[in-house]
Amino acid sequence: MNVTLFVTCLVDLFHVNVGKATVELLERLGCTIHFPEGQTCCGQPAYNSGYVKEAKEAMKHMIRTFEHAEYIVTPSGSCATMFKEYPHIFQGDGEWEERAQRLADKTYELTQFIVDVLKVEDVGARLEGKATYHTSCHMTRLLGVKDAPFTLLQHVKGLEVVPLPNAHNCCGFGGTFSVKMGPISEQMVDEKIQCIEQVEADYLIGADCGCLMNIGGRIERKGKPIRVMHIAEVLNCR
Amino acid sequence: MALKINMGEFHERVEKGIHNTFMRGAVAGAQERLRTRRLEAAEELGNWEEWRALGEEIRQHTLENLDYYLMQLSENVKKRGGHVFFAQTAEEANDYICRVVASKQAKKIVKSKSMVTEEIHMNAALEKLGCEVIETDLGEYILQVDDHDPPSHIVAPALHKNKEQIRDVFKEKLAYTKTEKPEELALHARHMLRHEYMTADVGITGCNFAIAESGSITLVTNEGNADLVTALPKTQITVMGMERIVPTFEEMEVLVSLLTRSAVGQKLTSYITVLTGPREEGEVDGPEEFHLVIVDNGRSDILGTEFQSVLQCIRCAACVNVCPVYRHIGGHSYGSIYSGPIGAVLSPLLGGYDDYKELPYASTLCAACTEACPVKIPLHELLLKHRQTIVEREGKAPISEKLAMKAFGLGAASSLLYKLGSKIAPTAVNPFTTNDRISKGPGPLKAWTDIREFPAPEKERFRDWLKQRGNE
Ligand code: SF4
Repeated sequence: MNVTLFVTCLVDLFHVNVGKATVELLERLGCTIHFPEGQTCCGQPAYNSGYVKEAKEAMKHMIRTFEHAEYIVTPSGSCATMFKEYPHIFQGDGEWEERAQRLADKTYELTQFIVDVLKVEDVGARLEGKATYHTSCHMTRLLGVKDAPFTLLQHVKGLEVVPLPNAHNCCGFGGTFSVKMGPISEQMVDEKIQCIEQVEADYLIGADCGCLMNIGGRIERKGKPIRVMHIAEVLNCR
Repeated sequence: MALKINMGEFHERVEKGIHNTFMRGAVAGAQERLRTRRLEAAEELGNWEEWRALGEEIRQHTLENLDYYLMQLSENVKKRGGHVFFAQTAEEANDYICRVVASKQAKKIVKSKSMVTEEIHMNAALEKLGCEVIETDLGEYILQVDDHDPPSHIVAPALHKNKEQIRDVFKEKLAYTKTEKPEELALHARHMLRHEYMTADVGITGCNFAIAESGSITLVTNEGNADLVTALPKTQITVMGMERIVPTFEEMEVLVSLLTRSAVGQKLTSYITVLTGPREEGEVDGPEEFHLVIVDNGRSDILGTEFQSVLQCIRCAACVNVCPVYRHIGGHSYGSIYSGPIGAVLSPLLGGYDDYKELPYASTLCAACTEACPVKIPLHELLLKHRQTIVEREGKAPISEKLAMKAFGLGAASSLLYKLGSKIAPTAVNPFTTNDRISKGPGPLKAWTDIREFPAPEKERFRDWLKQRGNE
């Protein structure tokens, strides 16, 4: 299967290991990976700050870059959601709305792609320890991908996955919110970490680098012995 | 209380909220309780999504034909012997209410819960007239007794107080001698209020839903206080926001079902009262005179705009009860009687961006509100629309942000610039980097690193790795 990878700017620059794991994992599952060099960012930072004009420039660029793909897969629930939002954003803009719709229709978040398209539930991964999973807001509420990560994690050998208390509460990332509303964001992420500690997890797993950067950065600052991993990295452990 | 509760700058209010551990404990506990109950009530009803869709349709239809239904309502109220007054502004509403009250030479007024009367600052207007206005909803009563503490939640206005604090307020102000047991506190308040109902000249209520086909008003309460407010005094004044209307009883039933479940997780509240006009011949109770005051106060300006859906709101507070930001800062931080997500959307519309420009940013856009709303208001999208308006139309965004976004637009729309920028990033932040981490970031990074570590950009970007590997 031909997979065109939208790696996301955060992974390209800051979390290269997540990108590597995504490639290795998908290749092991029989996919051929394509990577359009022109890819940049989905436009969310500008869009969510109210800069629609600037965001649309980025979006048009991404549509041009990805429109020839068969399947677009990305290791981020939030960026996948953004691609899915494009038609809505270009509504009424004839040509671009159509092109945006075609792009949205073939976009998948990584775990969604593995479970729904590849129809694989056990990727043959192994990781010893106790983990809990952070359900990121955009991926769960807007993209509607709720079960796929759990389905995949359930089959990871050696891994015990325990539910995270108050999982529905946002971790406090919210893009620019994390810096614009620092004091509130701090309270939110601290409560998230308390919940993770409460279940005595060794690993916190998530499918969005934004949230993981926020929770992970705070965990590091506080010197907590919790390892933060992207689900692609977990599924690529053997 | 007016729309604005003046308590200093936004960031100071937030700071205060965050440090109020009593309030935060109370809010977190209430959120968890109410969320669970709401989900259970929705599950028990079955087909919740279909109910929501129906609720949305009813509200949208009503708003699309608002002028028609308001005319119908007004005609039917008049047919039943009631009076109707359309108030364009808060002042007009207060003037009318004061005129009615003055014509009755009323001294004492009992009131059931109503957000719109808070919004128009009605109590103050009546007090200026020399009247005593007594809140009969337990939560509102507590706040009134506590020197007019502002409400922090649209359904449970005293949510920020725990029972010990309420006991202390009662002790200080009402010569209360018993414990902090909720039943004892409620009994005391009831005892104090009983006498007031009997001696009040005018009763004032809000309105959950007015019913156009019959000219009735619907009141949803758990304490039954609205029934006494409307049954005993000789004159009744009902104040409603102009959008709080349904075509017929049938739609009212659907919306009440959504409201009670979403607000408190109950199938029904203890009292759902439908009142039509003044007392008619042969009836044993009810007021001799009935006035309906329909308040615009900025609402018609929202009609027909991209914010119209906010008028679908039935004030259930489900969005407030799931909001993770509200959870940590509490209602007073919003600086408006409307707090939480609905407040963050509505307050800038009713009160302007000057006072409320921060509110649209006090959200992670996590969409918990949108998911909870029983009439499907896309709250997080409306917050986003506010941000767009602030940037594009109001031009109120900081220059540094504008420049950064401009640069972003250029960088993200051009592979060349992006590649160049990302390549030099590690070198640019090199002076701030130790062990692949940035702990004290420069410029905009500082706000991040005040709280958390920031990863340094990796020396080898993902795309470099992939290229070396031979993928294309
Ligand atoms: S916006 Fe929706 S959830 Fe919030 S109070 Fe209004 S009806 Fe309820």
